[in-house]
Amino acid sequence: MNSTSSRRPQTAAETQDRVRAGLARRYRAERRFRAYGIAAITFGVAFVIFLFGTVFSQGVSALRQAYLQIDVFYDPEIIDPAGNRDPDDLMVADYQSLVRASLRERFPTVEGRPALRELYSIASSAASVGLQRRVTADPDLIGQRERLWVLADDTVDMFLKGKVSRSAPEEERRLSDAQIGQIDVLESQKALKLRFNTAFFSNGDSRDPEQAGVRGAVVGSFLTLLITLLLSFPIGVGAAVYLEEFAPRNRMTDLIEVNINNLAAVPSIVFGLLGLAMFISFFGLPRSAPLVGGLVLTLITLPTIIIASRAALKAVPPSIREAALGIGASRWQTVVHHVLPLAMPGVLTGAIIGMARALGESAPLLMIGMVAFIVEVPTGVLDPSTVLPVQVFLWSDLPERGFVERTSGAIIVLLLFLIVMNAAAVVLRSKFEKRW
Amino acid sequence: MSPSIILVLIVALAVLAFQIGKARSIAVAGGPRNTRSLHSLPGHYGLLTAFWCVLPALAVFGVWVVFQDSVLTRLVLSNMPAEQQALPADQLGLLLNDLRNVVAGNIPASMVSDPVRQAAGDFLRLQRVAHLSLAGVALGIGVLALLWARRRIRPELRARNEYERMVEWALFACSAVAVLTTLGIVLSIVFEAGRFFGTVPFTDFLFGTNWSPQTAIRADQVGSSGAFGAVPLFVGTLLISAVAMVVAVPLGLFSAIYLAEYASPRLRRIVKPLLEVLAGVPTVVYGFFAVTTVGPMLRTVGEALGLSVAGESALAAGLVMGIMIIPFVSSLADDMITAVPQSLRDGAYALGATRSETVRQVVLRAALPGIVGGVLLAVSRAIGETMIVVMAAGLAANLTLNPLEAVTTVTVQIVTLLVGDQEFDSPKTLAAFALGLMLFLVTLLLNVIALYVVRKYREQYE
Repeated sequence: MNSTSSRRPQTAAETQDRVRAGLARRYRAERRFRAYGIAAITFGVAFVIFLFGTVFSQGVSALRQAYLQIDVFYDPEIIDPAGNRDPDDLMVADYQSLVRASLRERFPTVEGRPALRELYSIASSAASVGLQRRVTADPDLIGQRERLWVLADDTVDMFLKGKVSRSAPEEERRLSDAQIGQIDVLESQKALKLRFNTAFFSNGDSRDPEQAGVRGAVVGSFLTLLITLLLSFPIGVGAAVYLEEFAPRNRMTDLIEVNINNLAAVPSIVFGLLGLAMFISFFGLPRSAPLVGGLVLTLITLPTIIIASRAALKAVPPSIREAALGIGASRWQTVVHHVLPLAMPGVLTGAIIGMARALGESAPLLMIGMVAFIVEVPTGVLDPSTVLPVQVFLWSDLPERGFVERTSGAIIVLLLFLIVMNAAAVVLRSKFEKRW
Repeated sequence: MSPSIILVLIVALAVLAFQIGKARSIAVAGGPRNTRSLHSLPGHYGLLTAFWCVLPALAVFGVWVVFQDSVLTRLVLSNMPAEQQALPADQLGLLLNDLRNVVAGNIPASMVSDPVRQAAGDFLRLQRVAHLSLAGVALGIGVLALLWARRRIRPELRARNEYERMVEWALFACSAVAVLTTLGIVLSIVFEAGRFFGTVPFTDFLFGTNWSPQTAIRADQVGSSGAFGAVPLFVGTLLISAVAMVVAVPLGLFSAIYLAEYASPRLRRIVKPLLEVLAGVPTVVYGFFAVTTVGPMLRTVGEALGLSVAGESALAAGLVMGIMIIPFVSSLADDMITAVPQSLRDGAYALGATRSETVRQVVLRAALPGIVGGVLLAVSRAIGETMIVVMAAGLAANLTLNPLEAVTTVTVQIVTLLVGDQEFDSPKTLAAFALGLMLFLVTLLLNVIALYVVRKYREQYE
């Protein structure tokens, strides 16, 4: 500011002039300020769209997978040479050679070991597992012919999805010219195509991208969340009811409240350390188990549920309590018969939001060993397992290209679950919440 | 008989106790028509009986389950040949590990030595006996308590009051879980960190500038000095958090101002949930995004500008973390701004201030303490954030303030030190707990200050 403008204006006219002179500048500042706000919001919203767009565009291709149609002859010479249909023998028989034989039939001109090996690698190693499953389920298939779809190798899958360039020099891509020729033939015979990827939803983890699925992680997440819900909902609501309806105002209550507020802001990885030192090392619970994961997540979600439930209880007007107490109900009867049912929509909303947070949590679960490579789908809360976000983390680390789309696919599954949960919370809130 | 079946039986006993208590109260009253002579409703007598019956049974069950394994292991161990018992502590630990794995069915019995296989058989046999006796003891105590509670039922017994007092204690126990959790965190972390500081001096940890936690397994190994100077980690954490704050604070603050002061209710209704979506996305998704999209993007931009950007630069992790924190800052700031009384704004408008002048010179100044509190909470969240940095930041400790280089953070080191590691004795694993302790203390301090500031601010306008 220069010296003239800092001088105190002498007359009303002078003041008006000064204000008028500054108006344009001030309005410009106003517009600028508003533009900053719009820019900030636009950036935020654009990022949301960008993030979801990237993940979906990368992951949507995981929904489709290259499948190969083979005419397989269940040769008794190969899978049941003893001819006694012993289930143990059928389990360990050489189904790989059945797949290979059918590929040789289709390309009878291919000869020599290296060329054959290339031909065989078009089918996934999982193809033989499918045959084994069919034969052990129905031994009568032995000696018959069957046409069925099996998984193709992940490099073939990438090629069909256009992620392996045809024009790249042969030594720089993972498919040889001969293989590409065979793929073209198979495609023209309609024996190789992209179909809906059932393996992705029915398999557990695998080192081969084409066989890896999210089923194990989804079941693991479900079991973990089940434990979390069973523990954190009653304890959380109980604590909220106590603090809102029963607690006397004293040191102890203050201590509990300060604690809950602080726990809500403690980094989740610290809870993981607690789980490791306490549940695994001290109490000797098994590593990688949904039970331990559920216990840790219970402690993490408790503050969320308690705080939300308290807000819901607080929103119930005192007149309800007074009326119930007035006609002779005890405090506990008042709470159970009147206050809690009225607060239930809010309490449930809080619980769902807490569960959604628990579903997305991964850092503390790394601490308690839920990062192990586990192929089997868990069947109980003590089985080793992993959860969806940790599966995302594990796959994102793997070098194969097929895992990039699998990672995004798993993220899509995770986000879908979260969207459903949050939508349920929104519906619950808007539909059942009473405004007093 | 597995513990879960025993638990189901206890619950069944509770249902039975309820029925017995209810029937008994009706009987002592002299029939269903005369229940008015009872102090409480028959159902209350039933609930009270069920409570009295289940509590002791559950207590026995809990104590038994917690201590069973260690007692059984000791028993089995004392039955093993003297040769095994005389093993040094670390080998004994391995042996017990094998034993546990065989018992849990993780490894087939044919893969371990004979004594261990025998011990595993012993263990399983003892476990069966233990479970059976647990079922007997817990249910027996439950039945005894049930009979005792049934005998107490008289018309004068104030069943409702007694039962409600028990409920109140149960509710108190629920809320005490929060305190127990904090206690558990402090005890477990402080204990393990204490063991760490027994081998590495506290000052070396806090002020040392060299972090390479790989301790030598053999004495002649190269490059495994086992240095635990945590300064590079602290600096890395602060660097990434600072980048995150540079992104989150202006963006969050401006969106909050716009939504609170300028936006129409309709826009607010649409945009606010959209921004909050950012807070609901799992952090592992942000991490993946940082690695696959933001990192490469920054590299290309850096190359175009002639800068060398590391693949796992602090900038990429910080940027993405900042975006994650935007809704956190904006919703807190929004709360604080809307809490400023309208009269302050009206006063400013009356003096001729424009909207932005009112916001900048009146509203923000009035809301400043609250906003500072919110930013402190956001900082504490950035410091404790794990997945983004685990995926997008580096592993090697690098003492630098250049956000284009790769740095590592406290949380990254905790994860890398603990994931996959089984033993609890090496300073390497214990170092993770020392880092955890620092993390806990710093975030706790930030939270306490922030909550205090926010509460003081709220009281000011209430």
